[in-house]
Amino acid sequence: MSEKMLTGAEIVLKALTDQGVEVIFGYPGGAVLPLYDALFQQNHIRHILVRHEQGAVHAAEGYARSTGKVGVVLVTSGPGATNAVTGLTDALMDSIPILCLTGQVPTHLIGNDAFQECDTTGITRPCTKHNYLAKDINQLARTVHEAFLVAKSGRPGPVVLDLPKDVQFATGPYTPPEAVEHRTYRPQLQPDMAQVERAVEAMAEAERPIFYTGGGVINAGPEASKVLTEFVALTGYPITNTLMGLGAFPASDKRFLGMLGMHGTYEANLAMYHCDVMINIGARFDDRVTGLLTEFSPGSKKIHVDIDPSSINKNVAVDIPIVGDALATMQAMIKVWKDRGYKPNAQALSKWWQQIDQWRARDSLRFNQPTEPGSIIKPQYAITRLVEATKDRDDVYITTEVGQHQMWAAQLIPFERPNRWMTSGGLGTMGYGLPAAMGVQIAHPDALVVDVAGEASAMMNIQELSTIKQYDLPVKLFLINNQWMGMVRQWQELLHGERYSHSYSEALPDFVKLAEAFGCVGLRATKVEEVDDVIAEMIATKRPVVVDMCVDQRENCFPMIPGGHAHYDMLLGPEDQAEQPASEEGMVLV
Amino acid sequence: MPPQEPTERHTIAVLVDNEPGVLARVIGLFAGRGYNIESLTVAEVDHAGGRSRITIVTSGTKMIIEQIKAQLDRLVPVHTVNDLTIEGPSIERELALIKVRGSGEKRIESLRIADIFRARVVDSTTESFVFEVTGASEKIDAFIGLMLPLGLVDITRTGVASIARGEEGLLIHG
Repeated sequence: MSEKMLTGAEIVLKALTDQGVEVIFGYPGGAVLPLYDALFQQNHIRHILVRHEQGAVHAAEGYARSTGKVGVVLVTSGPGATNAVTGLTDALMDSIPILCLTGQVPTHLIGNDAFQECDTTGITRPCTKHNYLAKDINQLARTVHEAFLVAKSGRPGPVVLDLPKDVQFATGPYTPPEAVEHRTYRPQLQPDMAQVERAVEAMAEAERPIFYTGGGVINAGPEASKVLTEFVALTGYPITNTLMGLGAFPASDKRFLGMLGMHGTYEANLAMYHCDVMINIGARFDDRVTGLLTEFSPGSKKIHVDIDPSSINKNVAVDIPIVGDALATMQAMIKVWKDRGYKPNAQALSKWWQQIDQWRARDSLRFNQPTEPGSIIKPQYAITRLVEATKDRDDVYITTEVGQHQMWAAQLIPFERPNRWMTSGGLGTMGYGLPAAMGVQIAHPDALVVDVAGEASAMMNIQELSTIKQYDLPVKLFLINNQWMGMVRQWQELLHGERYSHSYSEALPDFVKLAEAFGCVGLRATKVEEVDDVIAEMIATKRPVVVDMCVDQRENCFPMIPGGHAHYDMLLGPEDQAEQPASEEGMVLV
Repeated sequence: MPPQEPTERHTIAVLVDNEPGVLARVIGLFAGRGYNIESLTVAEVDHAGGRSRITIVTSGTKMIIEQIKAQLDRLVPVHTVNDLTIEGPSIERELALIKVRGSGEKRIESLRIADIFRARVVDSTTESFVFEVTGASEKIDAFIGLMLPLGLVDITRTGVASIARGEEGLLIHG
C-alpha cells in the first residue's frame, strides 16, 4: 500500500491537529511516553504541564467553557486516570465537552494488575458521556474523530479514550476526520414543530410568564444567547437564569430577575412559584433550583426545551416537552410567534411586572458594610468592589471555587455575555476555580481572569499556582478568606444547632508568603479602606496575583431556601434565622 | 417522586452495537440510578451487523419507566429502545431447566406434571430428571412451585425473551 503509515501516537496527534486542537493539558507518565515523544517532535499542539491531573481536567473545562471548543487532557495510566475522575464527573454534570486521553498498560498486560494499571474504562464509564479502549491501530484515527463528535455534539460531555502503550507504538493508517457518521449516535437538534406551536400558543396566552434558562443556552453557542435576548425583548417577559446559565442573558437588562434557586433572588424564586407559564430552555430542574418538588411552581403550565430527552420529565413533569437544540428551537419559536402575529397580553403582563417589582423592592441581595475606617470587610463588599473596578472592561472572565463565595459571586457579578462565567455547578467541586482560571487564561492570554475563591476550596488545587507561574499566566486568585468552610459553617449554624464540626481551618498558610513562594505576587486587605487599593493593584499587576481578602468570618449567604423547603420559604437575612427550625426531612435533603 | 404512584412492569427491547462493555453500560445505568432489573437477557442477533438484543424486564412508576427508556437511548452504542409492553401485543417466552431428584411415587408424579406443562425430559438418571420447560414466566413459576415438594434441587432460567406480534420487526430498520 502506498498509504503512509504512522505510529499510534502520531495518529492521535494528527487527529487532534485535524480537529483543530491547539492546546492540551497534561501530565506525563510511563504509559504515555510514546505520546509525549510524539508531542516533542511536533509544533502544532501546545502542551501545558499541570501539577495534578484533576487540575488538567478543570483547566480543560475552563478552556472549553470560555471558547466553546473541546478541551483536551492527556494523562497517564493508573493514578493519572483516577486523579482525572473528579474532573470528568464535573464535566459530565455540567455538560462540558472534554476529550481525556489516558495511557494504559500494554494490551497483553491488561487484567494482570500490572504497574500503574487500573480499569480506566470501567472506572470512568459512569462519569463520562462515553469511553473507548483503543485496541485496534487500524481504527485508532476513526475512534479519535468519533470521540470528538460525541464530546461536542448533542448534550456535550467528557469522553475518555484509553490508549494502551503498545497501540501508541504500533503503526497503522491515518483516516482524516471527513464526516465521521456514527452508526447509532444521532442527537436530535431540530424540534418537533407541532410541539413548538403548542408551546408558543401557551406563551401567547400567558398572564404571568417567566423564562427560566440554563447552561443549554450557553452550550448552544453565543448565537443562542443573542436569540434568547431577542425572544425576551419580543415578548417582554421576565427571565431568570440558573447558575449554569448566567451570561446567556445580559444582567443589566431590566427584565432579568437574577439567579433563581437555593441562593437565588427573592423576585426570581417568587416569580417561579407564582407564574402561570414557565418557559424552561436548557435547564434541568435541578434540586438546587426547584426546592421542595411538591411545592414547585404548582400552578404553571411548563414548557421544557432540552437537547437531552432524559432531562425531560426526570424531576418535574412538564406539559409541553420539546427535544431539540436551544438555538434551533428558540429560532423556531420566534418564527411561530412572529408569523402568527402574537402579542403579549399587555394588561396582564403589566400587572405581573408590578408584582415582580414589589418583590424586587425587598432588595434581597442587600448587605451591611460598615464604612468607618478599620471596619471588617464583608465578603459581598469585596466582590462588589471587584465588579466596580472592572465594570468598564469587556475582557473579564470569572471562575469560582465552591461555597459561599461562589453564591455571592453568582448573585453579585453581572454577566453581560456568555462564556465569561466558569463555575462548578452540578458536582460542586472544591478546587475547580484555580485550574479553570488557568485554562481560561491560556485561551485568552490578555484577558483579566479572576478566580473568586474561598480559601478552603483554593487549597484543594493550590499546587496549580506552580503551573500558572511556569507559563506566566496573569491569573488572579481572589481569596474571600473567612478561615472557615463557609457554606458548611453556615449549614451547621442554621441546621445543626451551631455545632461547628470540623469546618474551621486552624492552620491556614500565610497566603501572601505562599504566593511569593510560588513566584506570584501576594496582596492582603484586612480593613474596609484597603479593599479598593488592593483590587486596583491586583488589576494593574501583569503577573499572577493572590489576593488575601480577610473577611467577616460570620457572614452568611442570603437569600437561602433551606433544603426541602419551597420557593416561598426563603430566609432573607440573619433576622429570619431563628424563626425557621429545620425539619429533619430538610436536613436529609442536603 | 410521590411514593403512591403505582408501579408498572415493562419489557424493553434494546438493540445495541455488540462491542466490549456495552452490557456493563446498560447494567451500570440501572445500578447507578437505582432502577430495578427483574430479568435480563442478551445475545447477538445480527452477526453480520454486529448487533445484540438486550431484553430487560423492569418495574417502576410511569415517570421512572420513561426515564429508563430515555437513559438507555442516550447510551452511545444503543441503536433502538422499544417498550414492548406498550407498543402493541407481544409474546414473552422463557426457558428453564429444572432438576428434580427422587424416587417412587414422587418421581412418577413429577413426570406426570411435566407432561401437563409440556416440559421435556432432557436428562435422566434412576434418581433424577432434568426438565426443559418453555413458556411465559408465570407458567415457569407455576411449574417450579409444583416441583418444589417433589425433590427440586436445581433451577436455571434464561430470563425473558420477547418479540412483538405482527409483521413489523426491529432488526430491519435500515
